[in-house]
Amino acid sequence: MSDILLEARGIEVSYGGGRSLLGPLKPALRVLHGVDIVVKRGETIGIVGESGSGKTTLGRALLKLVPISSGSIRFDGRDISALSDEAMRPVRRRMQMIFQDPMASLNPRQSIRTILTAPLFLHGLASSRREADEQAAAILARVSLPETVLDRSAHELSGGQRQRIGIARAALLKPDFVLADEIVSGLDVSTQAMALTLLKDLSREMGLSVAFISHDLSVIRAVCDRVYVMRLGRIEEEGPSASLFEQPRSDYTKLLLDAIPLPDIDPGWLARGQDSTMKRGERA
Amino acid sequence: MTKPVLSVEALSALSARNGTYVLSDVSLTLQPGEVRGLVGESGAGKSTIAKAVLGILPSTIRIAGGWIRFEGDDLLTARPSVLRNLLGRDITLIPQDPQTALNPARRIGAQLTDGLRLKLGMNAASARARAFQLMDEVQIRDPARVFDSFPHQLSGGMRQRILIAQAFAPNPKLVIADEPTTALDVTVQKEILRLVRRMQEAHGTAVIFVTHDLGVVAKICDSVTLLYSGHVIEQGATADLIERPRHAYTRALIAAGPRYDRPGQGLQPVPERVFADLRKEIGQRETADV
Repeated sequence: MSDILLEARGIEVSYGGGRSLLGPLKPALRVLHGVDIVVKRGETIGIVGESGSGKTTLGRALLKLVPISSGSIRFDGRDISALSDEAMRPVRRRMQMIFQDPMASLNPRQSIRTILTAPLFLHGLASSRREADEQAAAILARVSLPETVLDRSAHELSGGQRQRIGIARAALLKPDFVLADEIVSGLDVSTQAMALTLLKDLSREMGLSVAFISHDLSVIRAVCDRVYVMRLGRIEEEGPSASLFEQPRSDYTKLLLDAIPLPDIDPGWLARGQDSTMKRGERA
Repeated sequence: MTKPVLSVEALSALSARNGTYVLSDVSLTLQPGEVRGLVGESGAGKSTIAKAVLGILPSTIRIAGGWIRFEGDDLLTARPSVLRNLLGRDITLIPQDPQTALNPARRIGAQLTDGLRLKLGMNAASARARAFQLMDEVQIRDPARVFDSFPHQLSGGMRQRILIAQAFAPNPKLVIADEPTTALDVTVQKEILRLVRRMQEAHGTAVIFVTHDLGVVAKICDSVTLLYSGHVIEQGATADLIERPRHAYTRALIAAGPRYDRPGQGLQPVPERVFADLRKEIGQRETADV
């Protein structure tokens, strides 16, 4: 068995384009320009970049949630880029996603019980109500939520609790790979620390591979083994966390790191890097 | 000792819905030209203080006591005509979200000159000239194009520059910046922080900078007020609070934030014991108030 779980080569994704009704041919906007990315078994990789860097599109492309115009995706040794929706279904259970905003991604009309158990039936992981409830109760205990939340709906929970439901929902299907897209960006630091610890512990216990997307390099540092820095649809730099953060090679990574305001007194920080960031500022 | 620009004294506010305190005995003083960070987690009351100063509290929040003195005069009891003269001229706002704060249907130029004509009584020609001068101050390189643009034609950072220009346009004595960089990328955030600091120094303006980020506070604030659940937990010079925090909650909050230069940090939530002590302390303060 190869130690590589997910391998994407030369990924290109374009949005728009085509001919509108009777209109002229519109050029497509290419947002990923041949991206290569590898996730090993049990590894947590970070994908970091600013808005418009293509990090979310890349994550969605890995899960075949957006069509790729070029390139290939191999999952567990098998090329999945050309699979039909039907053929993808068994693979989908093994590739789960935790969303950025649990308020938007959890159905407000469904109870937490339905949200957690419906996918179990869909993927044939439970054959009876009781079996499904047992699995839901077990995962809730694991994410430190009381069983009483089963009969609540998402809006009755706090932001941190909702995010734990999002994590529980993904973990319940015993996937091999989880995509976590900006899952802590709206949370207070204390709640954020809890969610990150939970994800880190779960991935270790379950041997999960995780692709962790964030704009926040400090959050990436806390949870990722290896990091891809993206810029304008390309990989700018890749490396193990320790070397990337301690000896970044790319000027862009250095620029990103120095732009992060750390809670230290550093009177020279504000003036530093003025020239390099000014050029970006001029762009409208 | 100079006269403070703003002095909030024993300010308390109640939620009209359930009668709980959203602000409890908050006091803070701001000297001319001082940049004060208002920092805390969600629900701490930092935005409530900002809104109280601006007189834009929602109807669900009721002031229960205290004073907000601007250059000595209480804003809470001031006549509407007095407030109308102060707000938008001596006290202005840099809003949080540059996407929604500008009118999408009007050109930038019209929106920049509105305030100048309305609040400062300028005529069209001098308002236009002043708008170009302001755009130069906030380092907009192609002012003619921006002046004729609609908001959607500009980047988030560019729109935030316009809002900063708007806020400093009347030479205010106090600017309230309500999380103005939360929605921006870090590199753009740094430019905006630099710009706020430079404008504030050039105009000698006092600034209240609302943020949830202690890092931002460390980089641009002279002083800081840390809030939790409507209470002031610790306040003082930024260097003191960041380097020698006195309160256990302040220490825990600093330790809970992840840092790219310290692997492993960012995975320890504020300990439940710290929250328990904090709630006890707050409970005692509220009982003592009655």
